Amino acid sequence: MSIDMSQFYQVFFEETSEHLASMESLLLNLDVDQPSLEDLNAVFRAAHSIKGGSGTFGFNDMAEVTHVLESLLDRLRKQELALKAEMVDAFLVAGDVLRAQLEHHQGGPDADGDAIAGICARLKQLASGEAAPPPAAVEIAKSVETVVPAAVRRIRLECGLSAKIANVPESVDNLLEALRDVAAVEIKHRPDGQDARLDIVLTTQVDDADLKDALAFYSAPEDISIRPEPEDQGYGFFDDLPAEPAAVDESYGFFVDIPEPASASTSGSQDDAGFGLFDDAPGAPSAEPPQVAPGDSPAAIEGVGYGIYVDAPGGLGLFDDAPGAEFALKSSAPEPFSGKAAAILEAAAKAEAVGRRLADNPTIETAKSGRRDNDKTVSAANTDTSIRVAVEKVDQLINLVGELVITQAMLAEAAGNLDPVLAERILAGIELLSRNTRDMQESVMSIRMLPMSMVFSRFPRVVRDLAGKLNKQVEMKTIGDNTELDKGLIEKITDPMTHLVRNSLDHGIETPEQRIAAGKNPKGTLTLKASHQGGNVVIEVIDDGGGLNRARILEKAKEKGLPVNDGMSDYEVWQLIFAPGFSTADVVTDVSGRGVGMDVVKRNIEGMGGRVELESSPGFGTRTVIRLPLTLAILDGMSVGVGGETFIVPITTVIESLQPRLEDVRTLAGDSRMVHIRGEYLPFISLAEAFGLEGVEDITKGLLVVVEAEEGKAALFVDELLGQQQVVIKSLEANYRKVPGLSGATIMGDGRVAMIIDVSAVTRMGLSQSKRRLAA
Amino acid sequence: MDYPETSGVAASGEYLTFTLGQEEYGIDILKVQEIRGYDTVTKIANAPPFIKGVINLRGVIVPIVDLRIKFNLGNLSYDQFTVVIILNIGKRVMGIVVDGVSDVIQLSADNLRPAPEFGSILDTRYILGLGTVEERMIIVVDIERLMTSQEMSLVESAAD
Repeated sequence: MSIDMSQFYQVFFEETSEHLASMESLLLNLDVDQPSLEDLNAVFRAAHSIKGGSGTFGFNDMAEVTHVLESLLDRLRKQELALKAEMVDAFLVAGDVLRAQLEHHQGGPDADGDAIAGICARLKQLASGEAAPPPAAVEIAKSVETVVPAAVRRIRLECGLSAKIANVPESVDNLLEALRDVAAVEIKHRPDGQDARLDIVLTTQVDDADLKDALAFYSAPEDISIRPEPEDQGYGFFDDLPAEPAAVDESYGFFVDIPEPASASTSGSQDDAGFGLFDDAPGAPSAEPPQVAPGDSPAAIEGVGYGIYVDAPGGLGLFDDAPGAEFALKSSAPEPFSGKAAAILEAAAKAEAVGRRLADNPTIETAKSGRRDNDKTVSAANTDTSIRVAVEKVDQLINLVGELVITQAMLAEAAGNLDPVLAERILAGIELLSRNTRDMQESVMSIRMLPMSMVFSRFPRVVRDLAGKLNKQVEMKTIGDNTELDKGLIEKITDPMTHLVRNSLDHGIETPEQRIAAGKNPKGTLTLKASHQGGNVVIEVIDDGGGLNRARILEKAKEKGLPVNDGMSDYEVWQLIFAPGFSTADVVTDVSGRGVGMDVVKRNIEGMGGRVELESSPGFGTRTVIRLPLTLAILDGMSVGVGGETFIVPITTVIESLQPRLEDVRTLAGDSRMVHIRGEYLPFISLAEAFGLEGVEDITKGLLVVVEAEEGKAALFVDELLGQQQVVIKSLEANYRKVPGLSGATIMGDGRVAMIIDVSAVTRMGLSQSKRRLAA
Repeated sequence: MDYPETSGVAASGEYLTFTLGQEEYGIDILKVQEIRGYDTVTKIANAPPFIKGVINLRGVIVPIVDLRIKFNLGNLSYDQFTVVIILNIGKRVMGIVVDGVSDVIQLSADNLRPAPEFGSILDTRYILGLGTVEERMIIVVDIERLMTSQEMSLVESAAD
């Protein structure tokens, strides 16, 4: 059982993270002055789903925070309050708090209790801000699903009911009954045919919003007035809350009418009820309303409760043979979340069925309710368009398809010897097979691919927070969000990108005053761009700030004793900032300037098989370009032949290949060979020698591949160039051990194994080899 | 590394026997993944001569050890009759080249006699015992210990 529970937890954690992420991105895109109602609703829904989920799984701390958050959001989306920038900030902080709580539940560190209390108080204060009467609002009660029972309070509730309800005593009874589930009710005025106003005093723990939700089917929210009621001596507190059994009407099904279907406010309240139905206000009475035409006799409306009575005592049996149909739902207070999803679907399905049946009955209007439930079903289905699969399963699939490709290549090679006339059909089949396997490989590889928006989406928040902290105005743009990158790389690129973005904001983009002085737009622009170039993904971080200061960098480099001179090219100067501990910042801020950064960025990116370059021009900004291979598992390689074996040289390291002339190769101290290429002397390393093979001896018969490694440039001497291709990297260590000079192996199209050269290691080996030889 | 305690006399079980020159060896059949023909191998730089190289076994890079070279036995020809036994040792897959695979035999603990101490190439540490089946002597090898040993230099930690 415990395993089962943890499985559900995982789903909850994932879903909640998604909700939090979508909430954050919605909030960041929100226009504070003219918030789109749709966005507010979306944020509310996200918060609501988190609340529902956390309540279900017993994460009451999260439910508590989301509840407060939701209360404020609810008022916003009902336009009872105007959105303010500070609210957006508070929402973002609340999102962070929730994330911290989520991590805590996932086994992370404890969430900061002060932060939680702080944000709750702030949200409550914001929620109470304008419309709510001060005394009542301060003690806005928490809902029942939070652990601590909220304070009981007395309120006077007045609302106008539509004539359809007021005219039918049973409807009024149901309404009162519904309220009695959550509050002790004292009736001041019971609505009737003459006066449709309901005036009652409630003693309850439930907050105003939930009460309004509870009444949503009876009255539009703006028709409901709730104010605190002074203590009535005669009544006092009702300790046992769902009280007054005497008033219980036999009918548990709610006879409900949608008030004024045409008005906009009604649609809002319907929405509420939809949410409230299953998991919102505990015990909130709500019903899926097949409409009943006014003037129907009560008997005709009485019907079988089709709804899900979680604990309705005896409600079902009473009306079994009553004519007509009634669809009702009742969620019970103690278990507000039980079977939430199932209930929604089941209810939707039933409502549909009921709706169809009722459609034949001219006295009952069902179209509206039927459509609404259909909508719900559709939206539930839409969320199921993706499936979660363990990465190992995908990787296994990729491996298998890789095998298939190799097998296919072998088949094709074997079939190459066949007589095309006699074996026409088999050759056509193999041709088809090769196309299918290629397509299959592509689509399987694409499973691991994720869009760059996964990385980019976290930066609006980083930029917003940082810009605020640094008093800078920054606008962030992203280009190429849909560029796809391997999941493994997506995960690893985030940290270096964060570093670059922070650097750009801190050092690159100037303060508005400086920018105005320089004749630029006070608002700086930070652009994140991703694109495909050949077999690479190119990610750029571009700012239109002050650019790098060449003189300062050189000065600092000299201070640090780095080998520099004033005649260095810009490119070389910019590379200096990747040196460990290098920072030109005068002040170490908590953003950057400690000098740990660019070297880590560079190391991380090189660890991914990528490269990082800088371009900068004073006054116009800086551009950092990261080039990454498409996936971690695939390498763009140049295949070279040495002594009958095939080796792969990673193409990112290759600068050029050339045919050496005898006179270009010189010896140094009689032994170490150097090659003279366009004014540069590079170490000459024979791969055949390095790997103990018998390669071409005659220098003019072989080729030189000039590579650049950490140690600098070197020329690798090989027998021949075989081609350029993408290879799948396979580990040698899995079944063997690390071999000096090799970074792994791969399987070629013919099924043979080829070694992938570790260029840095080979360069080092080559250098030490000549030293050894010298010593010997 | 943690080796299972297999020294002394092994428990009874099924053994795959193979020949190296005139000698017959037996290894625990549960360690054997498959038997296949000898295929072209890709040489590994600076490896000892008995490590022939690596092969592609359905996408897995598998090192191949020629026990004939290691034990200085048998004729070193590679043809269609050369046999490679693919072993599954721990989580590793490796292959050994032998002269030929002969049989699967059942050996009980009673049939196994401890090997006398010789200064042979094959250290008695790696010999579980000598079994006798129909007048044939079968050298039962602790293949796991042998293949992960330092002298085989197949495994990183042992080699260092």
